[in-house]
Amino acid sequence: MVNIEIDGKTIQAKEGVMLIEAADEVGINIPRFCYHKKLSVAANCRMCLVDVEKVAKPMPACATPVTEGMKVQTRSAKAIAAQQGVMEFLLINHPLDCPICDQGGECELQEIAIGYGSDTSTFSEQKRVVKDKNLGPLIATDMTRCIHCTRCVRFGQEIAGVRELGATGRGEHMTIGTYVENSISSELSGNIIDLCPVGALTSKPFRYTARAWEMEQRNSIAAHDCIGSNIRIDVRRNAVLRVAPRDNETINECWISDRDRFSYEGLNCSSRVQKPRIKVDGQWQETDWNSALEFVSSNLRTAVDKHGADKLGALVSPNATVEEMYLLQKLVRGMGSNNIDHRLRQTDFSAQDLAPTVPSLGRPLAELAQLNSALLIASRVNKEQPIAGHLLRRAANSGANIMFVNSEHYDFNFSVAEEIVTSTAGIEQALAGITKSLLSSTKKRAPAGLSALLKTIMPNEAEKKIAQQLLDSKESAVILGSQHSRHAHASTLQALAGVIAKLSGSTFGCLSEGANSTGACLSGAIPHRGPVNESRENPGLDAQAQLANKLNAYMLLGIEPEHDCADGENAITALENADFVVSMSPYTSATSERYADAILPVAPFSETSGTFVNIEGQWQTFAGAVAPLGETRPAWKLLRVLGNLFELDGFDYVSSEEVLNELKEHASTLKLNGKAEWRCPEKLAGADDDLGTLGVSEYSLDCIVRRAPSLQGTPDALESNAQNNNA
Amino acid sequence: MSKNATSQNLSEESRAEIDEWVAKYPAEEKQSAVMGALMIAQEANEGSLTTALMDAIAKHLAMEPIAVYEVATFYSMYELQPVGKHKICVCTNVSCMLCGSDEIVSHLEEKLGIKLGETSADKRFTLKEVECLGACGGAPMFQIGKQYYENLTTEKVDTILTELDTTTALKAN
Repeated sequence: MVNIEIDGKTIQAKEGVMLIEAADEVGINIPRFCYHKKLSVAANCRMCLVDVEKVAKPMPACATPVTEGMKVQTRSAKAIAAQQGVMEFLLINHPLDCPICDQGGECELQEIAIGYGSDTSTFSEQKRVVKDKNLGPLIATDMTRCIHCTRCVRFGQEIAGVRELGATGRGEHMTIGTYVENSISSELSGNIIDLCPVGALTSKPFRYTARAWEMEQRNSIAAHDCIGSNIRIDVRRNAVLRVAPRDNETINECWISDRDRFSYEGLNCSSRVQKPRIKVDGQWQETDWNSALEFVSSNLRTAVDKHGADKLGALVSPNATVEEMYLLQKLVRGMGSNNIDHRLRQTDFSAQDLAPTVPSLGRPLAELAQLNSALLIASRVNKEQPIAGHLLRRAANSGANIMFVNSEHYDFNFSVAEEIVTSTAGIEQALAGITKSLLSSTKKRAPAGLSALLKTIMPNEAEKKIAQQLLDSKESAVILGSQHSRHAHASTLQALAGVIAKLSGSTFGCLSEGANSTGACLSGAIPHRGPVNESRENPGLDAQAQLANKLNAYMLLGIEPEHDCADGENAITALENADFVVSMSPYTSATSERYADAILPVAPFSETSGTFVNIEGQWQTFAGAVAPLGETRPAWKLLRVLGNLFELDGFDYVSSEEVLNELKEHASTLKLNGKAEWRCPEKLAGADDDLGTLGVSEYSLDCIVRRAPSLQGTPDALESNAQNNNA
Repeated sequence: MSKNATSQNLSEESRAEIDEWVAKYPAEEKQSAVMGALMIAQEANEGSLTTALMDAIAKHLAMEPIAVYEVATFYSMYELQPVGKHKICVCTNVSCMLCGSDEIVSHLEEKLGIKLGETSADKRFTLKEVECLGACGGAPMFQIGKQYYENLTTEKVDTILTELDTTTALKAN
């Protein structure tokens, strides 16, 4: 620690930090453009010039380390003259188009110009004009406004890990761009919109929609992956107009993925249902809530009375809130059925009783960046959970060995120490090889049956290397990626990965599908266990069995089975053959109108209060950002009323908070077991067995994202759509 | 697309030459050879660079393509559009200007029938305005190929151009 004085205030600062950081720490504001706390220091805008005692020239605060006894004036005549001079230079070429600029009202240049700019200019020559670039469907450019802070360039290099933007040309002719026409492909690209201190890079979908001061900002939680990024939803006249990140150092720092940022377009899409709809004699008609709920409850009751409660199934999106999941399972179980599931793309449930109680990463998210090595299995982490990808990238950059066993080769934006690319079935062989290698080098005892299973396995070089790397590292993790649950032998992967973690002294965890699969397991949206840890004598049917067994009635919450289930076609057939299907969803589609008998408009995450539990186990509650669209209702209210109509006990909640509190009470009694229990897989698949593919495009994962046109236009989405069409 | 670039556009000889530059730097600092590499590629391609060539260099030196574009666009000695056989780089910085570079420029423009930054229709001459080439002692000056021509007068310019014609003609024969 060193003692310094800024503006007469004596403060202590860590040795080696830059002046601007020390000043920020104590709330002394120094104007800046190029400096950003998460990026390297460029010191090229010169806006942060300050007056340092005994130094003749003003010094840039972002690039001047603090030293003992340093005395700094940020507001002395010398400092202000320097800052005003820089501002005058910046304004030479900056256009005066604030009235038509999207950044107007939230522009760093505008704000600082109020403090340091002059109302007249001595510059009478022509201003420079820079041609706009096309950076793809997400980011709009007005490069004439660029002040060359290079934050976007450094972001690409340092955070996104793909250097796509650069500064070409020289002096007055320098421009920021890609040089060749190229869409930005990073899954974190939207963050440069926030980083840009002027209106050069703005959001393309949001362009010309609203002014910063017209919107209200509501806090929320991102609803598309298991990270639970903290977001801010900007709202005007009850419409969601854009989404931006909220700082949370333990989760998303100050970034969010493009999926979390631009998915809001799907919220305002024209296929939203605004009124309850029921099918009477094959004809769809709109109706009021009372009759719709009567219709649904009487039909469900008829089906249950006629065929028994075990012929009733419920499928819920892993992106639903815990309140919704808890009430749905309470309703279904209250009617006597255990058939409820959220694991829609999973096909192997044989080890569900052995799996960890809830999906968990096995360590706090932020610690991913401190790992020395990690083995990820069936994961395209940078696209599937971009924030986790970013954290692993940070680890890789500080020397960690990030290793993969995948069924496809993926380009990662960090250096991969070891990558085994094999067939879907081959993943088992690879894990077996790593396990065997660990067994022989640690001399530990193999769990029952494993030695026999691995008898014929001969670890290859890559497998040995991965095993050794995990053993040699102080902090290591074995992580099952979200593709693993789609594997036909997911239980084998889970068993072997658990053993690998145990033998190598690594933490064991997974990155699960959806925003709330941890919450789903806590709230009992699984067939084999309720919200309390009671063992179910009579476990219900899992997602696949529900569809395969052709039940008589289905309740769907927030899903489109044709896209969200492992076997979409099969799912639709089962639903079409059922007596009664109620789809509780914000959306309608030609397909859902074919199989459903009632479509009840329920609120997406932006229109309801609720809670997501992320993969590290953080409960994050949010309020609705806007009122539900039309006659849409929050699903928890709807489920509560259905509970009343079925005359079930304990459905008298008046707020979602009450639901949450009840669930939390249950959850507190739940014994969380983070480890997978061992049961030896019967056999390993041969590497040539055809087990299908695992990848699902990250931009087709849920019904909201699928309806966000800008995301669908990104290179990532186009590429995977093209692949699907060829398949 | 830049991502699919191969090193196909660099000839074997160019690559060997570039590797001589690479060898001068530590193994993990291959990108230090980028300026030499660009010059080699440019000379092998009739005096100018193409995006494909720059992509090939990026791949060869394990750099991001944009980082190569940045270097190539920064320095005036790299040409990103095809140039004529003789590239005349006229200095118009302060020393040359004070000693009459304006006259040299207008003489050249008139004589060759092209403006600064243009290439003659017969692809023989490109006229380019450059910043100080460090030969202020001999101002006004220009550079053609690797040769500096100093203390220019309009007569001297005429002689130089005629000589260039002759050498070209001789070589052609």
